[in-house]
Amino acid sequence: MTAPDKGFTLSPNPPQHALHLHRELNRVWANDRGWWGQITAVNHTTLGLRFMATALVFFAIGGVLAMMLRAQLATPAGVFLDTELYNQIFTMHGSIMMFLFAIPMLEGLGIWLLPKILGTRDMAFPRLTALGYWCYLFGGLIMLTALLFGVAPRDGWFMYTPLSGATHSPGINADIWLLGVTFVEISALAAAIEITVTILRQRPPGMTLTRMPLFAWYMLGTSVMMLVGFPPLILGSVLLEVERAFNWPFFEVARGGDPLLWQHLFWLFGHPEVYIIFLPAAGAISTIIPVMCRTQIVGYGAIVAAILALVFLSFGLWVHHMFTVGIPHMALAFFSAASALVAVPTAVQIFAWIGTMWRGQPQMHLPMLHIMGFFLTFVMGGLTGVMLAIVPFNWQAHDTAFVTAHLHYVLIGGFVFPMMAAASYWMPLISGRGRIKGLGEAAFWVILLGFHGTFFVMHLTGLVGMPRRIDTYPDNPEWIWLNLTSSIFSFVLTIGFALFAIDMVLQALLGPRTPRDPWKGQTLDWAMMRPTPSYTFASLSTRPLTPGQPAGEVALRLARGEGLLPGAPRGRREFLVTEIGTGRPDHVAILPGNTALPLAMSAMIGGFVLLMLAGLYILTPLALAGVGVLIWRWGRSLTTPHDHPPVSIAPELSLPVHHHSRATLVQSGIVCLLVANGTLFASLLFGLGFLTVVAPNWPAPLPLRGGMTEAILTVAAVGALALGSLAVRLRIGVVPAITGLAVNLLALALVATLAAMALHDPTNHARDALRAVLTGYAGLHVLMSAGFAGFVWQMALRGELSPNRPGVVANWRLVQDYTTVTAAIVALVVIWQGIAG
Amino acid sequence: MLVGCDGPLSTLSPAGPIAAEIAWLWWAMLAGAALLTLMVGVLVAMSFGRPRDIPERRWTVTLGVWFSIAVLSVVLATGLWLGERILPRDDGAVTVHAHGFQWGWRFTQPGADGQPVETLDTLYIPAGQPVDVLVTSGDVIHAFWVPRLAGKIDAIPGRENRLRLQADMPGRFDGVCAEFCGLGHAVMRFAVIAYPPDAPPEALTQLEGAPE
Ligand code: HEM
Ligand SMILES: [Cu+2]
Ligand SMILES: [Cu+2]
Repeated sequence: MTAPDKGFTLSPNPPQHALHLHRELNRVWANDRGWWGQITAVNHTTLGLRFMATALVFFAIGGVLAMMLRAQLATPAGVFLDTELYNQIFTMHGSIMMFLFAIPMLEGLGIWLLPKILGTRDMAFPRLTALGYWCYLFGGLIMLTALLFGVAPRDGWFMYTPLSGATHSPGINADIWLLGVTFVEISALAAAIEITVTILRQRPPGMTLTRMPLFAWYMLGTSVMMLVGFPPLILGSVLLEVERAFNWPFFEVARGGDPLLWQHLFWLFGHPEVYIIFLPAAGAISTIIPVMCRTQIVGYGAIVAAILALVFLSFGLWVHHMFTVGIPHMALAFFSAASALVAVPTAVQIFAWIGTMWRGQPQMHLPMLHIMGFFLTFVMGGLTGVMLAIVPFNWQAHDTAFVTAHLHYVLIGGFVFPMMAAASYWMPLISGRGRIKGLGEAAFWVILLGFHGTFFVMHLTGLVGMPRRIDTYPDNPEWIWLNLTSSIFSFVLTIGFALFAIDMVLQALLGPRTPRDPWKGQTLDWAMMRPTPSYTFASLSTRPLTPGQPAGEVALRLARGEGLLPGAPRGRREFLVTEIGTGRPDHVAILPGNTALPLAMSAMIGGFVLLMLAGLYILTPLALAGVGVLIWRWGRSLTTPHDHPPVSIAPELSLPVHHHSRATLVQSGIVCLLVANGTLFASLLFGLGFLTVVAPNWPAPLPLRGGMTEAILTVAAVGALALGSLAVRLRIGVVPAITGLAVNLLALALVATLAAMALHDPTNHARDALRAVLTGYAGLHVLMSAGFAGFVWQMALRGELSPNRPGVVANWRLVQDYTTVTAAIVALVVIWQGIAG
Repeated sequence: MLVGCDGPLSTLSPAGPIAAEIAWLWWAMLAGAALLTLMVGVLVAMSFGRPRDIPERRWTVTLGVWFSIAVLSVVLATGLWLGERILPRDDGAVTVHAHGFQWGWRFTQPGADGQPVETLDTLYIPAGQPVDVLVTSGDVIHAFWVPRLAGKIDAIPGRENRLRLQADMPGRFDGVCAEFCGLGHAVMRFAVIAYPPDAPPEALTQLEGAPE
């Protein structure tokens, strides 16, 4: 970390009256009043807290389910649950903990904290935050409702086919999982996109990437992993749902599918998922340890390198969940080595943290206590992880209680303990109140005892042969004492968590008021007034904190408006957008305000999900059309009919508003979306390649339809799209827009014709099903491009387009080019299949 | 202590060379892991003394990178070497067939006269020599696991997987399905009977030559 670059040192604005500024900003940024205000809220503080609170409710529900599992396993022939119910409960426990607790929790933490730590005023796309929340809530409620009615998923949290296929899982149980989880994952993608953009574009001037607080680095790693990690799961879920609902074979062996394709897609997501959960927790640790030790972090650069290595490596390990499926030993050795290698960046971080503690003077406040719990638990979980990465040992331990023990060591050690540390660390900022002494410490010790009592013996339970996911074991009396021990301590653990919750509630309600910045924090979140205002900072910091500078020092200056962009004199939500690498000020973004549009949108998507669950497939296009209309309205509200004057952010610097900028936040967001989309497309191609090469019943019995005519039409469709890509590059105006619309519609008609002429019945064989999916993928994107062109055309008609306001055309261009390229790839694949026979 | 490690399904009371190799691998890794946990614990505890400024790279590079790579290399190499040793080989070992279904196992093994004999939920193998099991499934994924004799392998529709077992002594060894396969998963148990090669059990002599 070097001294701040002189080029960015902006002089301060004249001080103003802090209270006056507060009132002015609050009028613009605050939520609407009352219940309606909760529905229309888009503010990151509100939504971040709401994400976390909801996640805690799901944690409690997941915990109750865990208690039911432990009650059943306490005795060898338990009759507390029947097998059907036991299967539903362990599936729901795992799915809730992973998808409805851990992921939303870290999203909530990121959304709540990032704007504060980066010194900006909100996330890049506040309405997207709200959309994500509602999708999460509704998806979670659908899954919970299924549990109440006894039709919850029951095939385990990784839903292996063929068990989860239509033949072996009739009924809607599996559909609930596939549709519900995918619905929830909309929120993961939304969070990933806006977290990435917020970190890259909303840092204070001069905060280069290498001067960013580590928490932001960790969240950046997380969000990039989410962008690339979730698409394979979403693709797999969509394919499996299509197989179940419409009988298109992808995983069914007899018709050219392969159950291993599901496993690859699932674990391509599933392994990175573990790091997605761990990284934000590690980010919290890297933030808290230096503060608790009154020093600076050891090895900033090494930690950043470790994060990048983890992001990269964790996509090369998924096969370690598949060591027993019969892959050749030498291939396994490769993944075994990669899995062990991932321990290196983890070790770098652990030692950097310990080094930080050596350099400073650790003080045993409650957050530090939880970090001690983390060290003990996570190190043990990491070591059993290395053991499991060793192939021969994995052959014994796989799918036993040993794995159950391992995964809880890493998840509770690597996520729950750090989150408890984070909760007790940031509670003064959330509630403005301090703790009631003693209760939190008691909770910690009870949790530590309960956790290790439950899960330590479980390693042995697995080694003496107990498989996971079994509900009775009458023939194995030697497992009784092990299971009984686990069950008893799991109740201790529950008591510990209850104490923790009570401590939090008491602190929020009764705790003594704390001074601002009680820990002498080193990040900008501690430069906020309290209770945290809706707009975060009355003015934005002119430069990053210098290392070692307590954040509290700048608080007053920011509150008095001496920083950048003070107040809300223009009566709109504004913050500063900077360039990605350098942190050079770029433009001022104007944000949309409170709105119920996100709720309406997620309700419409929820309608689609419910129609699918009810089997009313005929009606689903209605819901989809509704989604389309809402997207249109969403976009319309971003347009502006006239030019806007530049905004002064500091005495010597005025910046254009985003309408006049080439590189808007929306554009960065669309790039992120296309990265995720491209990963989904790549996963689809991977699926096609995998089945073609590996699946047993290939080649397909029926020869392909189509010949020269179809090939020519295919090329014509791609040609039309290329014209679209050309049109979008022309002068901004009516003619290019209408040309773009026309060629896209032409391409759409060609795709539809081709589908009718050349596709076999997709239910015949995986080859035909995949060709139909590829065609549908291309068609959907052509439709989207047509929509974009039509949108631009309408803007042109209304006189809203101007060469000074290039935003929407640049966005259309991204989508149009993506469509052209993916359609060309689809065309190549389809034609190549025809030639290859 | 060792009493707690016994049992009909225990990987820690191996009854053949393959399971024995994996068992010692476990004990070795356990010892290593205990040492490492202790080391981290001591390092953490020592941080509570007066502040000490150790060069950063000693933490991140020396310990973080080189030390961990050294440890991991040893474990990996051992695992690879051991894995190669216990792999099925083309050495003319007796071959039997295990077919999983919801919820049971149909085994086919050579009878006393060499003709295949089909049995349900009991597999007969000669003791004291390697036996290769060809594992298949007719419906969903199961996993064939006899912890005291070897690791597990999945039974996957459309595929045939091979696993090598070996029992030192004649005896009865329990097996379970290790991959969740629905309602009957917990009860999808079976037995492996290892017999003295020169004295095949009645089941292999009586039922002989009656394939369906
Ligand atoms: C509150 C303390 C917890 C207890 C007592 C507990 C207990 C259990 C039990 C008994 C099982 C079933 C094992 C089996 O079927 O053999 C299980 C599975 C699982 N747990 Fe937990 N758990 C707890 C917390 C968590 C947390 C915090 C997470 C994740 C963040 C988690 C994630 C999982 C997963 C992913 C599974 C696998 C589910 C499956 O097999 O499909 N658990 N847990
Ligand atoms: Cu993994
Ligand atoms: Cu099973």
